Parts: sequence; C-alpha cells; structure tokens
Amino acid sequence: MDTPDTRPLPFLTGLRIFVRMLALQSSWNYETMLGTGIGFSLEPALRALPGGRGGEPYHAALARETHYFNAHPYLAAVAVGALARVELDGAMQPAQIERFRIALCGPLGSVGDRLVWAGWLPFTVLVALLAYGLGAGPVLVVTLFLVLYNAGHVALRVWGLRTGWRHGMRVAGSLATPILRQGPEYLARAVMALCGLALPLASARILGRSDMPLAEAARRSVLGAHALVFLLLAIAALLGIALVKLHGRVDGWRVALLIVVLLALHSVAT
Amino acid sequence: MTLTTILLFALLGAFLGLDVVSFPQAMFSRPIVASTLAGTLGGSASDGLLAGVFLEMMALETLPVGASRYPEWGTASVVGGALYVTRHGDATSALLFAMLGAMITAWVGGWSMYALRRLNGRWTKRALPALELGNARVVTWLQMRGLAADWVRSFVLTAIALALLAPLTAFAIANGHGDSARIRAVLVAVAASIAGSAAWKLSHGSRHGPWFFIGGLALGCAMLLHD
Repeated sequence: MDTPDTRPLPFLTGLRIFVRMLALQSSWNYETMLGTGIGFSLEPALRALPGGRGGEPYHAALARETHYFNAHPYLAAVAVGALARVELDGAMQPAQIERFRIALCGPLGSVGDRLVWAGWLPFTVLVALLAYGLGAGPVLVVTLFLVLYNAGHVALRVWGLRTGWRHGMRVAGSLATPILRQGPEYLARAVMALCGLALPLASARILGRSDMPLAEAARRSVLGAHALVFLLLAIAALLGIALVKLHGRVDGWRVALLIVVLLALHSVAT
Repeated sequence: MTLTTILLFALLGAFLGLDVVSFPQAMFSRPIVASTLAGTLGGSASDGLLAGVFLEMMALETLPVGASRYPEWGTASVVGGALYVTRHGDATSALLFAMLGAMITAWVGGWSMYALRRLNGRWTKRALPALELGNARVVTWLQMRGLAADWVRSFVLTAIALALLAPLTAFAIANGHGDSARIRAVLVAVAASIAGSAAWKLSHGSRHGPWFFIGGLALGCAMLLHD
C-alpha cells in the first residue's frame, strides 16, 4: 500500500493557491476551459522549482499547466494540489504529467457535479426555503444559507488541496472516500425530503391568508385556512409532473417565463 | 428610479454577477441572497426576500455546469429585487412584473455569459504563444482581464435592465387590473412546480427517493393543518 507523503505544503504558498483558486474560472472559455485558471492557481507552488521564477523548469511547468483542463471548480483543488506535488517532485516526465492531468478531468467533473451542483447546493437552498416557510426573517434566511453552503464549499476546497498535495500522482484513490462516494446518495434523499417539507410551508407563507374567491368553498371544508395552499400544490404537482415527463425537451424556467408573460399580458389587457 | 439608484443597484449587480462563475462562486449570487441584498439596498429586506424566494424556486433547476448555457440569476435577482422594492402601486402586480423583468434579465444574462466565454477564448488563443513560453504575466493578465470583463458585463446588464424595465414596470403596474390574489396564486403554483420538478429530476433516482419526498410533503402538510 502506498504511504502518502506527509511533507506539508508551505502555509503561505497554500494560502496563495487557495485565494487564486477562488478565481479559477475567471478566464473560462470553450477552448482551454479551466486551463489558464489551473496554471494561475498553481503558479505560487511552481516558484519553488529549481531556478525560481526565472528558471526553465518554472516556465516549462507553467506552460504545461495552462493547457486544456476541465473539472468541477471546487474539486479542481484536488488536481491543483496533486499537480503541485508532481511538478515539484520532478519524478514524472512532462508527457506523463500531461496524461495525468487529462486523466483527472473526468472523475473530478462528474463527482463534483453530483456532490455539489446536484446535492449540496439544492440541499442548502431548500434548508433556506424551509427556514423562510417557518417564518424566519431575511437576516436569518440569508445567513443560514451562506454559512451552511460555504462551510461545505470551503471545506471541500481545503480538503481537495491538502489531499491532492499529500497523495500526488496517487490521488485517484482518495476520490473513493465515503463522503464523495455515498454523499451524493444521502444528499439526494435529503433534497427529496426537504423539498416535500419546504414547498407547502414556503407557499403558505407567500400566500398568507388569501381572500381568493376560488378557495372559498375549500376553505369552509376540513382543510381550513390553508385550503388555497393545498389547491395550488395540487395544480403545481400536475404542472411539475408534466415538466418531469418533458425533461430534456423543455426547461422549466422557460415554461414559467411563458406563463408569467401571459399573466402579465392578461393583467394589463383586462 | 433615479440614475443614482440605478448605478447603486448596478454596482451590487456587478459584484453578484461576478460571483456566478468568476469569483468566488460562494453563492452570494443565488436569488434568495441577491434579491434580499437588493431589497436591503432599496429599503426593504423583507420584500427583497419575498422576490428572492420566488426566483430561487424558479432557479432551482439551473445547474451551473461548466460548458452548458444557462440563465444567469445573479444580476437578474438584483433586477427583480430592485424592481419590486422600488414599486409604486399594487404590491402583487409589482411582484408579477418584477418576476417577469428578472426572468428576461436572466435569459439575456445567459447569452451575455456565453459571449464573454467566447471573448475569453479569443483572448486566450491570441495569448497562446506567450502561454507556451510559460509567461506568468500573461497568465495573470488573462485571469484579471476575464474578471474585469465579467464585472463590466454584470454592471452594464443590471444598469440597462433597470433603465429599461423600471419605467415599463411602473407603466404596467399603473395600467394593470389583475386580481392580486389570483396573480399571487398563479405565481406560487408556477414557482412550486418548477422547484418540485427540479428536485425530483435531480434526486428521484436515489434509493427510496420518492418516499422521502412523500414523507416530507406529508409532514409539511400536517404542519400546515396543525397551524
């Protein structure tokens, strides 16, 4: 079994890399994607190569690291850490480093998309919507969302940088950690439960005690004051089912835009 | 809306638009945050939050996945929040037109991000010889130029959107005669359907996922009935 190298990344270098990684996607483009950002983030580490900033190894490594690269922006930290280690170790040939970079793209993209964009982000958004539905004010809702989301965000970037640096070219094995493997599955269940819980409560708060005539009969029924909410949730469920069935063919927000345009025209025309 | 007010909102839009992708992607640009901040700037954080909740529900299906083209909700939420809090007239009509303005801005914003990425590509291609020499200055310059261009994109988009949409919204509110309760009900139904379908599409494949949804829904409804 490989023993990870415990040589630490110098604190100041790590800090510089971390700050630069926050701007990883500044020059994102369809040709090199994250390539320039990876080179930009790695640059503080490359200064430790023989000859420093003016040396040939520094320029060769920086040129290599600005080539095409694509991954999830947070998990790209794993690649940055690992590439810093292999560049400074000098044990790999340039062609090997190029192949290593390309090999990292796929896993770091798919794992990050599932864990963050499809898991952590909707989870924290729904926690905020639930807080709103339970009556929380603007400060609490916004603070709760930002603190919760960024606790995960920053932790993931720091973990990625440290793990990449520690394992270097053998970093692929660290992607099998339980959080990355099973996290998306647990988050998906939490998203489903939270969505079911948050939508009725948030809808009820938005509507308040509406005096809409359509709900008058229902309001006198067993459902009581929130009859309108249940009625609207039933309508929303029908539209939602249609959107799920049309997944891949129609974007929900485009349908919403169409409905809002029609509603606005109706409002002005009547 | 005065020129000073537009410029203030545009400044906020510029920083939040930058957060969408370029820096630092800490989700200050999510509608629930961006619209609340715009509301605070306009004098009512609560109104900003209400607009933000609507937009957040509509934005839930948008995943900022690398190469895909998607609506840009950061500046759009500033525009939506600003249009709502600076309203004169019926609040629900204002909410309707603020949502409409925000969604149109999000659509245009998505195109502007696509254009910016193409521009970044042209700059990178032009810099390839220097990049192949490992020129650190050029690398930094490309990153900084991309940041600055995104900041300008967001600023200009917010300013133009508000300059165009604020008078149109005021006119529409003054001439709108829709039933407020019905408008709010339709908006809620639309937003809830988008959010629900988004969560379902993302997560229904998980083990027992649909049962978790049904369980959460039952609990939410029970809490409402108990209220």
